[in-house]
Amino acid sequence: METALALLVGILTATGVYLMLARNLLRYLFGLILLSNAANLAIFTAGRLTRASPPLVPAGLEAPAVAVANPLPQALILTAIVIGFGLLAFTLALIVRAYRRLGTLDADDMRVAEPRKKPEQENRHP
Amino acid sequence: MNSVILQTATRALVALILLFSVYMLLRGHNYPGGGFIGGLIAAAGFTLFAMAWGTAAARRALRIEPGRLAALGVLLAGLAGAVAALLGEAPFTGQWLFLGGAEGDKGLPVSTILIFDIGVYLSVVGAVLALVFALEEDA
Amino acid sequence: MLALIVPVVPAVIAALLLWQLPRVMAGEVLAFGWHWVPSLGISARFFLDGLNMLFALLISGVGAFVAIYAGAYLSGHPHLRRFYFYLLLFMVGMLGLVLAADLITLFVFWELTTIASYLLIGFDHSNAKARRSALQALLITAIGGLCLLAGLILLGITAGSFDLLEILELGDELRASALYLPILVLVLLGAFTKSAQLPFHFWLPNAMAAPTPVSAYLHSATMVKAGIYLLARLHPVLAYTPAWQWTLTLVGAATLVVAAVLALRQTDLKLTLAYTTLVALGTLTMFLGDDDSVPIAAAVTFILVHSFYKASLFMVVGIIDHQTGTRELGSLGGLRRAMPVTFVAAAAAALSMAGFPPFLGFIGKELKYEGALAIASEPLLVAGAAVFANALMVAVAAILVFKPFFGPRQPAGTNISEAPLALWLGPLVLAALGLVCGIATPLVAESLIQPAVTAILGRPEVVKMKLWHGLNLPLLLSVVTFTLGVVVYLLQRPIRAALQELLQWLPLSGDRLWDHFIDGIKHLAAWQTRLLQHGVMRRYLSIIFATVAAALGYVLLRNGDIAVDLEWPQLTVKEWAALALTLAGAMMAGAARAPLAAICALGALGVGLALIYLFFGAPDVAITQLLVETLFLVLIATTLHRLPVFSGVHTPRFRPLDALLAITVGAGVTLSILAVMQTPFDATTSTFFETAAVPEAYGRNIVNVILVDFRALDTFGEILVVFTAAIAAATLIGHRLQRKKH
Repeated sequence: METALALLVGILTATGVYLMLARNLLRYLFGLILLSNAANLAIFTAGRLTRASPPLVPAGLEAPAVAVANPLPQALILTAIVIGFGLLAFTLALIVRAYRRLGTLDADDMRVAEPRKKPEQENRHP
Repeated sequence: MNSVILQTATRALVALILLFSVYMLLRGHNYPGGGFIGGLIAAAGFTLFAMAWGTAAARRALRIEPGRLAALGVLLAGLAGAVAALLGEAPFTGQWLFLGGAEGDKGLPVSTILIFDIGVYLSVVGAVLALVFALEEDA
Repeated sequence: MLALIVPVVPAVIAALLLWQLPRVMAGEVLAFGWHWVPSLGISARFFLDGLNMLFALLISGVGAFVAIYAGAYLSGHPHLRRFYFYLLLFMVGMLGLVLAADLITLFVFWELTTIASYLLIGFDHSNAKARRSALQALLITAIGGLCLLAGLILLGITAGSFDLLEILELGDELRASALYLPILVLVLLGAFTKSAQLPFHFWLPNAMAAPTPVSAYLHSATMVKAGIYLLARLHPVLAYTPAWQWTLTLVGAATLVVAAVLALRQTDLKLTLAYTTLVALGTLTMFLGDDDSVPIAAAVTFILVHSFYKASLFMVVGIIDHQTGTRELGSLGGLRRAMPVTFVAAAAAALSMAGFPPFLGFIGKELKYEGALAIASEPLLVAGAAVFANALMVAVAAILVFKPFFGPRQPAGTNISEAPLALWLGPLVLAALGLVCGIATPLVAESLIQPAVTAILGRPEVVKMKLWHGLNLPLLLSVVTFTLGVVVYLLQRPIRAALQELLQWLPLSGDRLWDHFIDGIKHLAAWQTRLLQHGVMRRYLSIIFATVAAALGYVLLRNGDIAVDLEWPQLTVKEWAALALTLAGAMMAGAARAPLAAICALGALGVGLALIYLFFGAPDVAITQLLVETLFLVLIATTLHRLPVFSGVHTPRFRPLDALLAITVGAGVTLSILAVMQTPFDATTSTFFETAAVPEAYGRNIVNVILVDFRALDTFGEILVVFTAAIAAATLIGHRLQRKKH
């Protein structure tokens, strides 16, 4: 079952990368979401999969009585998801702001620092 | 979204959601839940409220600037961590106090861990709502 | 005031050096210094022996006169103080260079002279030509300097010490080492660029854009002689091989001949002098190629002779320029009566340059011929080159004296007067020194030449020099030289015209090539900046992802095979369903044309992932995932109506290259996870958390215990990040918020 999840992670990554390479910033954002989900799932998978019970200790015991799922990657992913939310929201805010300022969602058209030059100027060095 | 049904339902629902979020926060140490989950649930509740009644009403209902709430949460979590340092242990080591402990019964546990988790809860609520309000108001 | 104080500094240094002269003559090596970088074996040590005594005396002695001269020459100049600073800086660099007893210290001072010379050549910084010349000199000598640094480091490593005095004892070992040739090439590149040898010669004539005091100092006795000093200094270590001999002889001879021809072409007095300096430098290099005592003595004597007459002549040209406003050969004449003292100085210096007895120049020339004939390898080549060079020196000396000072008075009409004392003092004294030293030849030979030759050859040498050698071959060559020189002088006009004609047909000059070189670098820089910093986000990302793919691929290939579990995954139906939901969400999000569809797909994906987490024992993660997914989708959906997503969106085209890159990265990630799966699982940490959660942290939800207790510091950092991101994002868009409040 690790193989299946590893494949899934690969597909999520590939789709995420493909979307991030798009010109449209919204597609870029979607790609980012996919990529961060893929990363979380990769960590989860690398921590070994079990169908065992959640990492909870039954009341009255000192340690889990039966084998439980690995708690460490879970703790890592849990915070990663929340931080990922912060990252995505910030990216979204950036996109909204950029659109309001530049009137486009096309990353290639966003040229405030270096306006697109006319072809004949392109070859001349500054 | 000016839907009367939604608005009416929201009032009751949001109260329930908030209550539930506190429940999730407090049980978190022993069962699934905790500061992150509780905070996200509470934020979802307020987001629902904002969608039904508008962000201005949601801000009023929150009573405190979400950014400040988040800052308060971070501060609280930091203080909880600092207690251990003041007591001469490594920072963020949990400090426990069992109230009314008796033979065979630990009593009511009060700990810096709980304060820390409440800090996490508040910072998540504040941060998420700061984002949600800002993006929703930006019309 | 300053003009009186500054010359005192070099004068005092010169006096101190003279005070130590007897000890150096006795063969003592005086050393002093302190540790600098002990861990690297580098020390700021200095020493004084016969060779650097000669150089240090020239630097400080000529420096004193140049400082006096500059005070008058630049009198009233707004930046005179700055000029003095640069000049003294240069002097310090030069003295440090010749006195350094440590390779690295030597290099540091070497670069100090480079920088100071840049500042001095570009002193007239409002003049574009001066700036260009300064930069050219800086770049050429600095490129050479870098080569030199590499060479010196190799030398130090090979010798096992950076201490020059120790290295000088290790000549045989170094010549036998495998690194000898690289060291030689690198050191020679440094020396040749500094001393303006062919093909790096062109910066020196261009450096004439500097104020004349600079040329009189840097381009006669000091800066350009730094390379010569280096060759002489390292002679015991690097010489005595065919590579050294041939390189120095040929490069020196070529520089000499080319520069001599180019010198005749000039009509600008200062440029003429610059080219004759090149002739002198070529001559010196040529003679340093040998290891017999006579050619070395000839070189050392010539260093002295040349410094005297060249500094003097540069200053004379400066005086003429200063008093008449021109240094163009054609518009000068008959100044003899108006400027008698200058004339005497010029004549004395020119006689020494031409090699008339009893001037020191004569001794120098005779020694050169004697040395040339003593050179074992190519006596004819060297002697021929020397005769050729000296004949041109005779012609140039004649031109310098006869043209400006004799004939009809030019420029006419203007009231030309003699220069003030401060101006003519330097040239007169230096020219007179050429005469005095010539008369007192034995003394000079014993006190200066012999110790220097001893130091260069690394063995005790006795140098005997006298004015009259009797009738011998060198004297005969001298006669030939004079005859040839007179002929050239008489035919100067046709020769110059012919040269102009000839050089016009020459397609490229070093100077022009240099311009092409610099332009090329600029184009390269512009090109690579455009290539790397194109400002196109997709390309940056492509590079990042390609790097990730390459790194993953490298590691995977290096670690070898991955045993892929080819069995059909044993999953239950609900697990299959969760997987399928996730997969479908991802594919839809990738293929969706409308943003809303993509958002829905992402929602499905989030739910699928949450289910996977749930099925594999991670309820906390599942809940978090679900909540975050929901919140974010709400957020993005409420934002969408502000973005132009419903109209005018680019219809996404399929991008095969991007798809290929994406698939490569995805495959790399999959294979990496599979590779990780093959490594044995270390459960130490996880087991610790599982068993310590209840007894130590009183919590039964292990994940939560990790978050708020065991790794609470991390969590604290994480909520800080979330807080910062939220504040930043809210500030980015939420100005409205502030306005509403007021």
